[in-house]
Amino acid sequence: MAMVITGLGTVSPAGVGTEDYWTALCEGRTLIAPIPDFDTSGFHVRLGGKVPGFDPNAHLEGRYVVQTDAFTWFAMTAADEALRDSGAAADGDPYATGVLICSCAGGVEFGQREIAALWASGPGYVGPYQSIAWFYAASTGQVSIRNGLKGMCGVLVTDEPGMLDALGQSERALRRGTSAMLVGGSEAPIGSPFSLACQEGAGLLSGDDDPRSAYVPFTERAHGYVPAEGAAVAVVEEEAAARARGARVRAVVAGQASTFGGVGAFDPGGAGLLHAARQAMERAGVGPEDVDVVFADAVGVPKADADEAAVLRQLFPRGVAVTAPKTGFGRAYAGAGALDVAAAVLSLEHQLVPPTPHVDDALLGLDLVVRVPRAARLRTALVLSRGLGGTNSAVVLTLPEHS
Amino acid sequence: MRREAVVTGVGVVAPGAVGAAAFWEMLTAGRTATRHITLFDATGFRSRIAAEIDFDPAAHGLDDERMDRYVQFAAVAATEALADAEPPLEEISPWRLGVSMGTAVGGTTRLEKDYVAMSRGGADWVVDRSAASPHLYRALTPSVLSGEIAELVGARGPVRTVSTGCTSGLDAVGYAAQAIEDDLADVVVAGAAESPISPIAMACFDAIKATTDRNDDPAHASRPFDRDRNGFVMGEGAAVLVLEEAGAARRRGARIRCRVAGFANHGNAYHMTGLRREGTEMARAITTALDQARRPASAVDYVNAHGSGTVQNDRHETDAVKRALGDHARRVPMSSIKSSVGHSLGAIGSIELAACVMAMDTGVVPPTANLSTPDPECDLDYVPVTAREHRTDVVLSVGSGFGGFQSAVVLDRGE
Repeated sequence: MAMVITGLGTVSPAGVGTEDYWTALCEGRTLIAPIPDFDTSGFHVRLGGKVPGFDPNAHLEGRYVVQTDAFTWFAMTAADEALRDSGAAADGDPYATGVLICSCAGGVEFGQREIAALWASGPGYVGPYQSIAWFYAASTGQVSIRNGLKGMCGVLVTDEPGMLDALGQSERALRRGTSAMLVGGSEAPIGSPFSLACQEGAGLLSGDDDPRSAYVPFTERAHGYVPAEGAAVAVVEEEAAARARGARVRAVVAGQASTFGGVGAFDPGGAGLLHAARQAMERAGVGPEDVDVVFADAVGVPKADADEAAVLRQLFPRGVAVTAPKTGFGRAYAGAGALDVAAAVLSLEHQLVPPTPHVDDALLGLDLVVRVPRAARLRTALVLSRGLGGTNSAVVLTLPEHS
Repeated sequence: MRREAVVTGVGVVAPGAVGAAAFWEMLTAGRTATRHITLFDATGFRSRIAAEIDFDPAAHGLDDERMDRYVQFAAVAATEALADAEPPLEEISPWRLGVSMGTAVGGTTRLEKDYVAMSRGGADWVVDRSAASPHLYRALTPSVLSGEIAELVGARGPVRTVSTGCTSGLDAVGYAAQAIEDDLADVVVAGAAESPISPIAMACFDAIKATTDRNDDPAHASRPFDRDRNGFVMGEGAAVLVLEEAGAARRRGARIRCRVAGFANHGNAYHMTGLRREGTEMARAITTALDQARRPASAVDYVNAHGSGTVQNDRHETDAVKRALGDHARRVPMSSIKSSVGHSLGAIGSIELAACVMAMDTGVVPPTANLSTPDPECDLDYVPVTAREHRTDVVLSVGSGFGGFQSAVVLDRGE
């Protein structure tokens, strides 16, 4: 069975929509800036990748806006674009399409407000939407409801790799009779001081005040990452069905694999990431010579960068183009892997590898694409992702046959 | 040949009973573990009762603060399940060993505690990060649940936390079976855990009156399908099942408890908390799961109900089961163990599957405790008050959760 992407939507620090996202990536634009929503002077991290001027009321009906946290606003908005893009009929069988949108932080900003109300004023002051806004399943639930989608609905919490794992899970669903899945990752972890404080405990955030030097993986200057918010959602379908309805096939999800590398350490040594990549390539039926570009996890933590670089050197002894466009806007947790998948699809379509902003002194023997986009004949992209919780995931995307 | 997943071990940490044997004894005796909340001072809350676990982490060698309470429950349940199944871990490649664990709210109890400490009791929006516990970051994302269980068993294959609200515990096991069927893993440790008895969780269900306010009678407060029920009773706990590829389990002479024969999880695309009475989507999940199991509706010997004890759930579910099973719905026993152990949100689905496995093992179906006067709108055989001897070869377990999730799992003895 071949699973293909027929629709794509993003909400990112470049704004709403994949067009603006792709333009920003190609320009290598700096989208990291001081976190605007509260006084960060007491925090180690003060920079973030914020979705600029996002007005939920411009994209969503009022009742969805009040019921949900920003991570669900982003998911619903990206899902709208993906559904429009896929051209799937809205009046079809509701059971034909499922939803699987991942998050690992949930609606923390909404949650902080309600916990504050509880402790400052009493239990009667907690609002009716706390029970549905904070939990990790809020986005899948609301996207299912808002779009009338009753197919296989789920939520995985595997941190950054969420959407990559969700693509694998979507294949399970398609094999079992669901026709299409709306699959993605969404996160809004920098709007709330409490959420930021939670992230700081891991000790991996950058304390730099210069957006151009705060998140520079694979360099000697690497000292952590900058957090970001955002979402990407894709529509995936079985290829024959997609073609039968005349859908535009944007990319083939040729292979996916997940492994575990140990709690809280970004897969020490890289054995888990290596195994995931090899399995994904094997499932896709591609060898190292077939892979044209790698979208790296690029966490910006020296040990983890060295491990990932070692994995890439082992996988591709003759070298491969590597990029990490997220250095321009930050690491959006479950949104990170999702935005990388979106970037890889766009890259294949445009036959252009976007650069790794702010990095021009890459070490570790990588052929990192820096400064300007690189035009190349691209047929196969490998996307890698790791989570602090120990998950590793890899996805192989290929250009569809007709292009 | 089609790959299939079978259950070879069970572990349970439930209110009133730590350990699968004690849990089963409690359920079949019709005892309840619901009581006044002791985990925090619930004065001023609408619902002040819960099914709590008297749990001493140190007694299980878990005196390390690193693990949240819900993760500790899972670790204890996983240890029991592994001892029960005795999978040959040394012969299985760690890459073929997976973990699939469900939770709805994960580390929110710790998040709340730390937030209160960091915000001067909710007064400060910009928190004082120096007042955080060193493990706060581990509370933000429940991936830590499956990660800790993976460390416990040495898994290096697909490891994921599943978080679909109150169907998490069914979905985690369903996904685990799919991973084995689709040749991604040979053994998957699967289950779910939750420890949600906290001020914020109680307050958010207070706000929508989903929990019962029968505070003067905690032992009888969880009354699924009863005319006098008025909401669910919060619970906590964990259950873990060891799933193995059927052929390999047979070859090693494992005690095969049952097969995970079918699974489906649908959205109702209707409302985050509301349910349409007709139960169409849950019925669809049941039908899909039975189709996968290649079982007709008439083959179902026992239905483990979601049975949360809210009026809308009990009626929705009754209609869904009638819709899916037809006339057979009136003949098949259907009970809710939430009457006994409360509703532990994401964990309960796995705890209920553990009960289903034991019902198949023992030929006894557990009762719906406290069901003295059925709601006239709920007219099926809910096995009131007393356990019943009843040979069970095919079990259906259903769940329903916030977000509109409707899940069904079918367990059987294989073909």
